Formats: sequence, structure tokens, C-alpha cells
Amino acid sequence: MKRTLMKGNDAVVRGALLGGATHFFGYPITPASEIAHGAADLFTRSGRTFLQAESETSAINMMYGAASSGARTMTASSGPGVALMLEGLSYLAGSQLPTVIVDVQRAGPGLGNIWPEQSDYDMCCKGGGHGGFHNIVLAPSSGQEMADFAHKAFDMADAYRMTVVILSDAYIGQMMEPVALPQDVRHGARKSWAVYGDEESRSNLISSIVMSQEGLANLNMELQAKYQRAARDLTDWEEEQTEDAQLIVVAFGITARIALTAVRMLRSEGHRVGLLRPKTLFPFPQERIAELAQVGGRMAVAELNEGMMARDVERAVAGRCPVSRYNWFGGVVPSAEEMVLRMKEDLDG
Amino acid sequence: MVKHAKPKGFYDVFERKSQDFPAGETTHYCPGCGHGTVHKLIAEALVDMGLQDRTIFLSPVGCAVFGYYYFDTGNIQCAHGRAPAVGTGVARSLDDAVVISYQGDGDLAGIGTAEIVHAANRNENMAVFFVNNAIYGMTGGQMAPTTLLGQSTTTSPLGRKSEREGGPIHMAEVMSALEGPIYIERCTLSSPAGVMKTRKAVRKALTNQSEKRGFSFVEILSPCPVGWKMTPVQSRSWMASSMESVFPVKRFRDEEAAPKGNGRLPFLDDGALRDLVGAVANEVPTKVSTLSQDLGVKIAGFGGQGVMSAGILLANAAIHEGLHTTWLPSYGPEMRGGKANASVVLSSDAVGSPVVDVPQALLAMNGPSLDAFENHVVPGGLVMVNSSLISRKVERRDVRVFEAPVSDLAAEAGFLKGANIVMLALFALESGVIGIQTLKEIIPKSMKNKDLVEINLRLVDVAEEFHGRE
Ligand SMILES: Cc1ncc(C[n+]2csc(CCOP(=O)(O)OP(=O)(O)O)c2C)c(N)n1
Ligand code: SF4
Repeated sequence: MKRTLMKGNDAVVRGALLGGATHFFGYPITPASEIAHGAADLFTRSGRTFLQAESETSAINMMYGAASSGARTMTASSGPGVALMLEGLSYLAGSQLPTVIVDVQRAGPGLGNIWPEQSDYDMCCKGGGHGGFHNIVLAPSSGQEMADFAHKAFDMADAYRMTVVILSDAYIGQMMEPVALPQDVRHGARKSWAVYGDEESRSNLISSIVMSQEGLANLNMELQAKYQRAARDLTDWEEEQTEDAQLIVVAFGITARIALTAVRMLRSEGHRVGLLRPKTLFPFPQERIAELAQVGGRMAVAELNEGMMARDVERAVAGRCPVSRYNWFGGVVPSAEEMVLRMKEDLDG
Repeated sequence: MVKHAKPKGFYDVFERKSQDFPAGETTHYCPGCGHGTVHKLIAEALVDMGLQDRTIFLSPVGCAVFGYYYFDTGNIQCAHGRAPAVGTGVARSLDDAVVISYQGDGDLAGIGTAEIVHAANRNENMAVFFVNNAIYGMTGGQMAPTTLLGQSTTTSPLGRKSEREGGPIHMAEVMSALEGPIYIERCTLSSPAGVMKTRKAVRKALTNQSEKRGFSFVEILSPCPVGWKMTPVQSRSWMASSMESVFPVKRFRDEEAAPKGNGRLPFLDDGALRDLVGAVANEVPTKVSTLSQDLGVKIAGFGGQGVMSAGILLANAAIHEGLHTTWLPSYGPEMRGGKANASVVLSSDAVGSPVVDVPQALLAMNGPSLDAFENHVVPGGLVMVNSSLISRKVERRDVRVFEAPVSDLAAEAGFLKGANIVMLALFALESGVIGIQTLKEIIPKSMKNKDLVEINLRLVDVAEEFHGRE
């Protein structure tokens, strides 16, 4: 396959179109705007639909309408915009509508700045909006994965009737890498529950209202069962030299790329270090992390926030070994050399 | 007027209602409520016009939240105020659907003002029925954006006062300020004649909708006896005496609009889509080079010197050589006219970190770049200096230095902007990580402006000559 140099923000649009996306509703925000630019061009030229909404609130509700009508629909934004979509995410979850959101994370809180952070982790992985719900959260760490994850996200969203969040960051989005685009073009099938404005679907209702307590309890249990099914079937991660590692770094997205170099550097000096990179953040590879948490070993969580994923890792490790936290924020991205220094402290300590 | 037989277009039995409330035969609305009347007018019109199968009815949040109990059509329940955005998504997905957004005044004129204004302005294919009862019915009679001055509600107990709360918002007039809508009318349910006019307006809007002529907006002044603390009879006379003088009942716009196309281009099939996005199969790399270690290159200069595009060329050349690569821009406000730099990593293996803090090679296009990055270069690394713009010498003794007046060389060849190409070509020659031939093959492929290919290839020759002389 031909590898073409492209930005992650470009790869994700192309992957999504090949994955069957037909409707993109967006609102510009750095560092995600390039996705809207690409979608405006390619969705329009391919006879799909691109529409710039008046706000992220409207964009997510346009997606609610398109998904209700059986379309494969998506948007892309960054923290401040995704925050505005949380109301819609909750309604999508309650109505069990499939959609795809790309969050190209920037640094916060507030307007913050446009450098990378991974501080939308909690917002995206813990549901984010009101009520008890979750999104499937994929964490690409390369341009290739931006394309591949977008390509499979729509099948996943349809299968689980859930929102799939592709949780990227300013570097993964704006970096250029060689990407081999997927070859098979997917299409969404007709959905038995959607409203198509025809006789067959006339009796269908898209709603998140359940007036009885028992009925709503049942819906909640149905959602939880779905999340457990997702945990069983979708949990995905990658390991690098964890077999004999005394120190295993857990990292996702751009941080995992930096950690990979750090692991290679330390291995070349003979240190037994490894990397576990979650490719899904919800469901989270907690069982594998628990398995790897050896007495006598050590884990470290490297992330561009104040310790959001570390809390999930610590819960999985449950005290079996020490867990260090390597945190950077404000848009500060460590070099591999800095990561090596932190890891050496742990190896010595 | 309001017959008690179940209207056509409603479900025979309100099964969804009977799951939530006892007595599935009647609506959940209070006696004398206008919602029931408007529902009936819409439902009967849908049947008479044969639109039930095509219709998707959007319920708002408000007393009409349970619209889906009654309308025997496709139904979507929406978040508070968002129905026009939801309707936009539906209308953009289903060319033939009849989209109805039914909203109250809190929903449409309060929390959902952005959604309604922009859906109207875009002239979305939908019919909006706006039930203006000057109050928040569902949540307990609070002030609405349409509450009249002097009207007391649970959140304006002393009466709405313009100094305190501002005056009522006139949505039909707001709609009239927009170019999008093709049909705007305000009706009233205060009298049987008003109901008949409303019936007509509903049918007009639905005709527009079924013929896909664009956005129709029907505002309906409607009684809320419970919220107003009046009897149904008092309510209707208050509407006639007070509401209608504030909200004039009239037709604001009725345009002869032609059916509106969807504006979409032809839907590309799989093959054409693959071509468009560049999902090209089976191109085997011509070469597979190897590097003994990862190579981090920092190309730095000021905005406009082409450091970003030089980086992209380098990365493309690396792909051509069968290497793995990343290109990372230093973006942000500093890019505009200020400093710019690109980090490129070349590797035989999948690249880990794309961040180049300790470059093996620095390509400094101007003085500030050398100042900023000289000390970061790895001992034994390569520092390439644009001596046209950098008068000082490299201070480090533990790096290899290559100086070239690349700006002058490019200017002499007649293309100052190509200094980046001269620098890159010299880097290729000096480092050996990419072949000069590769660069020559890549330039025509990756330059968007084909007029510049020739001059850039000439600049590669200029670099080769210079390098030969050195
Ligand atoms: C985000 C949000 N805020 C507040 C509410 C509570 N709420 C429900 S209905 C309503 C007012 C509805 O008033 P209106 O649109 O005038 O409709 P009516 O009940 O008068 O028909 C409010 C504020 C809500 N459901 N969602
Ligand atoms: S509260 Fe008012 S708007 Fe709501 S159902 Fe009763 S009368 Fe109608």
C-alpha cells in the first residue's frame, strides 16, 4: 500500500470517509480545525454532507438528528468545544445513537492554549455529561491510527449504538507521518430502530425519556451490560518489551510515542523497562495492567495532565506494586531524554 | 371547536402515555391548554395531506415533551431548545422527510435562540410550530422570554419590568429580519376564527414542507390557563385583550419559493471515493535504506523562509528512501512572521518520539534560530548555517559545522524563496541520509505549484555545484 505523508488531522477525515461516514457537522477550533477543512472539501466533493454549525452545541444536535435518521455522522473539536457537546453526548447515550467524535486535545483549563495536553481524559472516558453513561474512547498514537481508528469507528458505533470518541491531541493531529489508507470502503446498513420518514419506520421513536423509575433503571442496566460487552470485546492495547520489565510505563497518544523512544534508549543501556500503550481508554485494559503489576516491579503512568489515567492504573494495580506518576501540562511536552531521567529515578529508587 | 373525539393522525390508543400515566385515552395537557388544539390541527393536516409516513415529528422540552405519545409518525425527542439543530441533521439526511419542529417559548425563544435563528437563516427544509404561551408551563409558571410587561409569574412575582427583566421577545419579527424563511405567520387561538386561521397556516407550512420549499415558521399565541392562573375562558379574553396587542397577529412573509434542492454533489461510489481520498493500493517502496540510529533534524528560521516545506520535502524524501519518518511543526502565534521550526525524525524503525529536543542536525536559516538551538545539538552533530543571514560563527567545538550562503545562492539563481531548497540539498549532500537523486525525484511530486518545479530543481544543481567547490 502506498504510504503518503499526511497530518493526523487529514488521515482521520480520509479514514472516516472510507469507514462510511456521510455527515460531518463541525465548528472550527484549533488544533482541530484542519479536520473541518478537510471534511468541508472531501465530504462535499464526495457527495456526502459537510455543514458548519453555529456552535458545538448545535453540531452535536445535528449529529443527533442525522444519527436518528440512520446516517453515519461525525464531528471534530477540541476541549472547549467538546465541553459544549456534553449535553448532547448524554442525550445520544440515553437514546442509544451511534456517532463519532474526534477530540484533538489542547491545553486547559479555560481557553488555555493550543499546545497538546491529555486533560480531556476524564471528560471523554468517564462519560462527561449528566447521568451514568460512557463513550467508547480510542487513543490513536500515530497518523496511521488516526486513519485506521476513524475507519473502524463507525462500525463500532453502530454495533454498540454508542458514541466513539477518537481522543487525539495537538501533536498527533498536526504531525505528518506516512499513512497507508485502508482499502475497503464501508457503508452503514439500514437500522431497524431509526426514523427514515417512511412507512416501515413510522412507529419508531428516538428518545431518552423513560418516565418510570423501573423503566429508567432498566435502561441504565442495559447500558451497563453494553459497556461490559464492550470491555470484553473491544479492549485493546499494545506492549513493548514488558516480559522481563522491572519498570513498565503506561502511556497513550503522543506520550506513548515519547515513552517508546525512552524505553528503547534505556534498553540499549541494558535496563529492563517496557511500555504498555492502551489503544482503548474506555474500555480500559485494567485486567492486563493488573496481571503485569508484579510484586517487586514498578509501574509509571506518563501523561499530559495531572494524573487522570494514573487513577485508573492505580485502581487496577490495587497496591500490588508502586505506581509513579510522570505528569506534564500547560502544553509542555517532554522529550524522550526527560522521560528517561524520570524513569532512571524510578529504576534507581 | 375542540372536539373530544380522537383526531386523525393521533395513535388510536396512547400506549406510550399509558405506560407513564394512567388513562391512555386523553392527552396529558391541562383543560383549556392550547397545545391540544395545535396538536390536533397538525395531526389532522398530516392525514388529510397524506404525510404521516414521511413525517418526523420533533418533540421539544416543555409541556409538549410527550408529543410522541400522540403523533402517529416517526418521532424524535430532543434536548431543550435544540430541535432546529436536530431537524437540520434529519433534513440533511433524508431528502423526502417532512420535518416538524414543535417548540414552546422557553424552548425556542430562550435556551434555543441560536438553533432557531441559524436553522431559519439557512432556510432548512422544516416546518416550525412555535407555541407562544408567554410562560414556562412545564416547570411551574416561570417567566418566559415572551412574558408580557407587568405579567406576574413565579420568577417575576412583582410583574415583569423592563428595567429589570427587559421586554418580551418577538420571534416572528426576529424571523422576519432573516432572509432564509419563506413563510412566517403569527396566529392566535383566542377565538374560533383564530383557530381556523391557524389551521390554514399549519397546512400552508406543511405544504411548503412536503414540497421542500424551505423554512416555514408559524408562531401560535396559545393559552396556558394553569400557568396564568385563569380559567380557560378568562385565558382567551386575556389573549385577545393583552397578548395580541403586544404580538400582532399577521402574516409576515409568504414567498413563492421554488422547491429547494439539497445542494449535494453526486454521491461517489467506492472506487471514486478511494481515488478522491488517495487510498491507492500497492506501491512498493523503491528502496529500503537503513540508518544506524534515529536521526532528529531541526529546521529553523523565520516565517516565510520555507522551513516547514523543507521539512515536508525531507520527510517525503525519507519515505522514498524506504525510511520511517515524522514531521512536527512548531505552530502557534509565533509562526506568524516570527520564529518557525520543523522537527523531522528519520528512522529505519517505526518512529517513537517525534519531538526533537536534541537534534543530530540543525539547519539554521537565520541568526535567532542558531541562537535558540545551537546548544541543543548532540555532540558530534551537524550544524548547517545560512551564512547569508548569520554573521557569527558557531561557538560549539564538538559539532560539525557547514556554512553556506544559501539565501545569496538562491537569490543569484533568481529565486530567493528557494533558499530552503538549497539548504535541504546541501544537507542531503553533507549528511548522506537521503540521496540527491531522491530529492530531485521528490520535488516534482510534492510541489503543489508546478511552475516552481523547474527553478527548484535548478537550485538543487546550484547546491551541488557549491558543495563540489567546498
Ligand atoms: C437544559 C435544561 N434546562 C432546563 C430544563 C427544565 N425545563 C423543562 S421545560 C422548561 C420550560 C419550557 O417552557 P416552554 O418552552 O415555554 O414550554 P411550555 O411548557 O410552556 O409548553 C424548562 C426550563 C431542561 N429540561 N433542560
Ligand atoms: S401548564 Fe400550561 S402549557 Fe402546560 S399543559 Fe398546562 S396549560 Fe398547557
